[in-house]
Amino acid sequence: MALDSKIPKGPLADKWTNHKNKINLVNPANKRNIDIIIVGTGLAGGSAAASLAELGYNVKTFCYQDSPRRAHSIAAQGGINAAKNYQGDGDSNYRLFYDTVKGGDYRSREANVYRLAEVSGNIIDQCVAQGVPFAREYGGLLDNRSFGGVLVSRTFYAKGQTGQQLLLGAYSAMNRQINRGKIQAFNRHEMLDLVKVNGKARGIIARNLVTGEIERHSAHAVVLATGGYGNVFYLSTNAMGSNVMAAWRAHRRGAHFANPCYTQIHPTCIPVSGDHQSKLTLMSESLRNDGRIWVPKKKEDAIAIREGKLKPTQLAEEDRDYYLERRYPAFGNLVPRDVASRAAKERCDAGFGVNKTGEAVYLDFAAAIQRYGKEKALTSGIENPSAEKILELGEAIIEAKYGNLFQMYEKIVDENPYKTPMMIYPAVHYTMGGLWVDYNLQTTIPGCYAAGEANFSDHGANRLGASALMQGLADGYFVLPYTIGDYLSDDIRTGKISTETPEFDEAEKHVKDRIQKLMSAKGEHSVDYYHKRLGKIMWNKCGMSRNAKGLQEAIDEISALRKDFWENVNIPGDSAGMNTELEKAGRVADFLELGELFAKDALNRNESCGGHFREESVEQSGEQKGEALRDDENFKYVSAWEYKGEPKDAELHKEELTYENIELKTRSYK
Amino acid sequence: MKLLLKIWRQKNASNKGQMVDYPIDGIEEDMSFLEMLDVLNEGLINKGEEPVVFDHDCREGICGMCSLQINGEPHGPDRKVTTCQLHMRMFKDGDTITIEPFRANAFPVVKDLMVDRSAFDRIQHAGGYISVNTSGNTIDANATPINKGDADNAFNAAACIGCGACVAACKNASAMLFTSAKVSQYALLPQGQVEAAERVQAMVAQMDSEGFGNCTNTGACEIECPKGISLENIARMNREYLSASIKG
Amino acid sequence: MGGIIKSSIARKVAMALSGLFLVFFLLQHFSINLTSVFSKDVFNTTSHFMGTNPLVQFVLQPVLIFGVVFHFIMGFILEIQNRKARSIKYAQYNGGANASWMSRNMIISGIVVLAFLGLHFYDFWIPEINTKFIQGDMSGIHNGELRYFTELQHKFVSPVRTLLYVISFAFLALHLLHGFASSFQSVGVNNKYSGGIQKFAKAFAIVIPAGFIFVAIFHHLNH
Repeated sequence: MALDSKIPKGPLADKWTNHKNKINLVNPANKRNIDIIIVGTGLAGGSAAASLAELGYNVKTFCYQDSPRRAHSIAAQGGINAAKNYQGDGDSNYRLFYDTVKGGDYRSREANVYRLAEVSGNIIDQCVAQGVPFAREYGGLLDNRSFGGVLVSRTFYAKGQTGQQLLLGAYSAMNRQINRGKIQAFNRHEMLDLVKVNGKARGIIARNLVTGEIERHSAHAVVLATGGYGNVFYLSTNAMGSNVMAAWRAHRRGAHFANPCYTQIHPTCIPVSGDHQSKLTLMSESLRNDGRIWVPKKKEDAIAIREGKLKPTQLAEEDRDYYLERRYPAFGNLVPRDVASRAAKERCDAGFGVNKTGEAVYLDFAAAIQRYGKEKALTSGIENPSAEKILELGEAIIEAKYGNLFQMYEKIVDENPYKTPMMIYPAVHYTMGGLWVDYNLQTTIPGCYAAGEANFSDHGANRLGASALMQGLADGYFVLPYTIGDYLSDDIRTGKISTETPEFDEAEKHVKDRIQKLMSAKGEHSVDYYHKRLGKIMWNKCGMSRNAKGLQEAIDEISALRKDFWENVNIPGDSAGMNTELEKAGRVADFLELGELFAKDALNRNESCGGHFREESVEQSGEQKGEALRDDENFKYVSAWEYKGEPKDAELHKEELTYENIELKTRSYK
Repeated sequence: MKLLLKIWRQKNASNKGQMVDYPIDGIEEDMSFLEMLDVLNEGLINKGEEPVVFDHDCREGICGMCSLQINGEPHGPDRKVTTCQLHMRMFKDGDTITIEPFRANAFPVVKDLMVDRSAFDRIQHAGGYISVNTSGNTIDANATPINKGDADNAFNAAACIGCGACVAACKNASAMLFTSAKVSQYALLPQGQVEAAERVQAMVAQMDSEGFGNCTNTGACEIECPKGISLENIARMNREYLSASIKG
Repeated sequence: MGGIIKSSIARKVAMALSGLFLVFFLLQHFSINLTSVFSKDVFNTTSHFMGTNPLVQFVLQPVLIFGVVFHFIMGFILEIQNRKARSIKYAQYNGGANASWMSRNMIISGIVVLAFLGLHFYDFWIPEINTKFIQGDMSGIHNGELRYFTELQHKFVSPVRTLLYVISFAFLALHLLHGFASSFQSVGVNNKYSGGIQKFAKAFAIVIPAGFIFVAIFHHLNH
């Protein structure tokens, strides 16, 4: 089957408007007869649920959490981009579009990204109207900050809790519809399969996580807004429950999975402290504006620090290696996320890591504290300030800017980051890959849509800071409500979809058999045991830097681990009633398949682009020697994988990417 | 570290539960409280026993899932943290730690330490929103300037993560801090003031019908709130409610 | 009454307003008591006025009694409702970690004050009603002079009674330490003046009961 991205014709800037003008609508009376299932209630799912219910459709939402408001969108810190140009610094839809495509290393679809930029302003209007308390200036107008190395200030924020505030906004819109009876919220429910009738998505099989009951739910369309699959690495900044199950079940039913290997590894996370670690905590990217990243120059110093014999503050300036400033003099500590992450790994692999596991680098604020302290002394008219006074003034300024982050760091690590450098290390944060969707966000299964991080559409091979929130809300508030209507206009005479059909019988049996099989495994090792092992394989062989040999090994090892898992996993209790180990087992089983496809995709893409770095594809000479080398001639396409049984047998479909409005360039930060 | 854990075990909502003792060894100071429970559970699973069930998700203090009453205090002895941010260095080798679910009739136990907080959701369904449709045609975000102080206060109220520690801490199991945070966020913003009277009445009525206790201003909720939601919000809700009642 | 005042906030406000009314009454009662320390005549005259003025007797007194009864019945209703809101108790509840003893034990301090009210009625109010309305003696004269001061002194001869009064006033102070300041919060006052209001309320909660104690001990020592 050839992939049809259904990109509307016409000039880039007019595509979305023209498309909206031409698509079919469903009249209000008919909407009352149409049901839509939305799985996942984060920014994309929550906003879609509210908007579709407002239009009059009957919406059912599903989430595994105890409330829609707890979806992991809530943890986004930094902000949300919008091309409002409130600062008058030359921002525009085109510039946001351009930055996003370039930031994605030219691996995203022009038309989708332009639409994203186009609706970005509406998102801010909508959220303010809902009562989202964005940060404001003293004049009462909205404040902006700059983010992720772009040249304009276009990021709207609510302290370090932007994701939380936006999600609560979407949830409040859901509340209104729940109160009207237009949304039925099924919380503590997990989708275990997609049901297709005559080739169209017509419902799901879900497990009530409290009672253990397997339930059938039918609808005229199904939206998957289930987030990313970063937890395939076991350790990530994702929530403990974040999983790929819904997307993977749809994949197994015929939805192509696109670019699974595109993973964003965020450079500033709190390092792993030991084997007990269950998750990683992000420290906002904004810290790199003032912190300098370094490791010791001499290996013996690094060893002494690891053994606790030497303190970082004792190390003389000339014994420190500010490796980002050394390698990338133009951008220094502000290189993009993927570059900063790889550079940290390179130093730690070479033996210069600074915590007891050897996997951490310093993020040092001493210089910034001195600089701010002196500036403040000067502007406050303090002559000949003492060293203590400078320190005091400087620390106060750093506290005002990053106080909550420093406090969080101190709680977790038990070290005072004002006095000793922070330790950071990269961690898996976001997955750009996901279900393949066309311009309408429909997957290759008619009637099955994917939104937010769960789809692959807008970020290419690397996502810019503050763009994830924008995409989730754009999809849910402003794209799906139109494009789903177009599809559903054919369904006004269909009537209620029955759940008493052979298709539902088959899907339910499939789900029950799978649970039965999991429960009857021999019980050697816990689910976490397998998840941790999978994570190790992924991190070591499909992590920040990848090569053909390692990826091939990963495919084989994951395949063997999966076999072992199905034979030997240990799930105590039974499947009737709540069983958290059974829940985890189902998720890990799917990660064990996805991981293999991930490695296969990474193996296939023999180029370095964005977050995907292949050791075989680096610049061989010149100023850029050793840096990532993109191969536009051979890999300027989206890899969409079709399920064919074992993940390693998946069939590749290519969607060629065309760039009519942007010239492809090499990213250089030297 | 070696510890004695006293943990509430309850098979499901209809079963009677009881406290069970679990000695545990090999706990490190760097572990979070939930990672300590992970270690306990790994041991139980390997013995073929059912692990202790507790709510948790983001493990970075923002989703509001985690909810344990630890040594008689919600989210344990540390301040301004959720249970997932509580670290074992707050405890000493040899300590006995009592771990119970958040207790309130409005929060029935689901299993072990997991409780059902859907009462909070129903309070929000009743009025926790501004009636505006998604259209893309709302007025420009900067058309209505909002005083920075009001915007900041609205944010501070909106920072509530809905974990239920306020209810768990309150000797009366009152949900006033939670409800008032939700009411306040909208009451402080011009967008929310249009339907302020209906909102506060609907939300308070729902709160009362859920079986929470009455507020007696002990202030325990504010002290235990991981996000530092202020008692001012309760006073504001009382004001809003009175003025709504007087206006009829 | 829980049925009449349906919402929890209305109950809370009613509790606060009735409490504030009683605080005001306490101040008035204390002012009159204090005169007994300085001047027997002023005390007698004021007491006679309060005891015989129809407005005080037939309007203010019933209002006061209603206020007291309302406050304690409402208090009991709230306490019962609040206990019911958590039918399974914590095995370990560290209430002292986050709230004062006074705020958590209003029912205890309230019951002590209520018991004291019984004693106080037995000591003063019932004899008064007996003299004035059953025996019909509205003159206030006994042995040729106004009887109030003598009766007062007579009551504080007993060290046991004096001690009971002292203890009761201590509990009244505990009750007021939380209740008075808290009532402002209940009626929605929480602004830039709150800090001052809180300090004033706390000072009042200590000074007035201490004053009552002083008067009791003074008469015990000077009869």
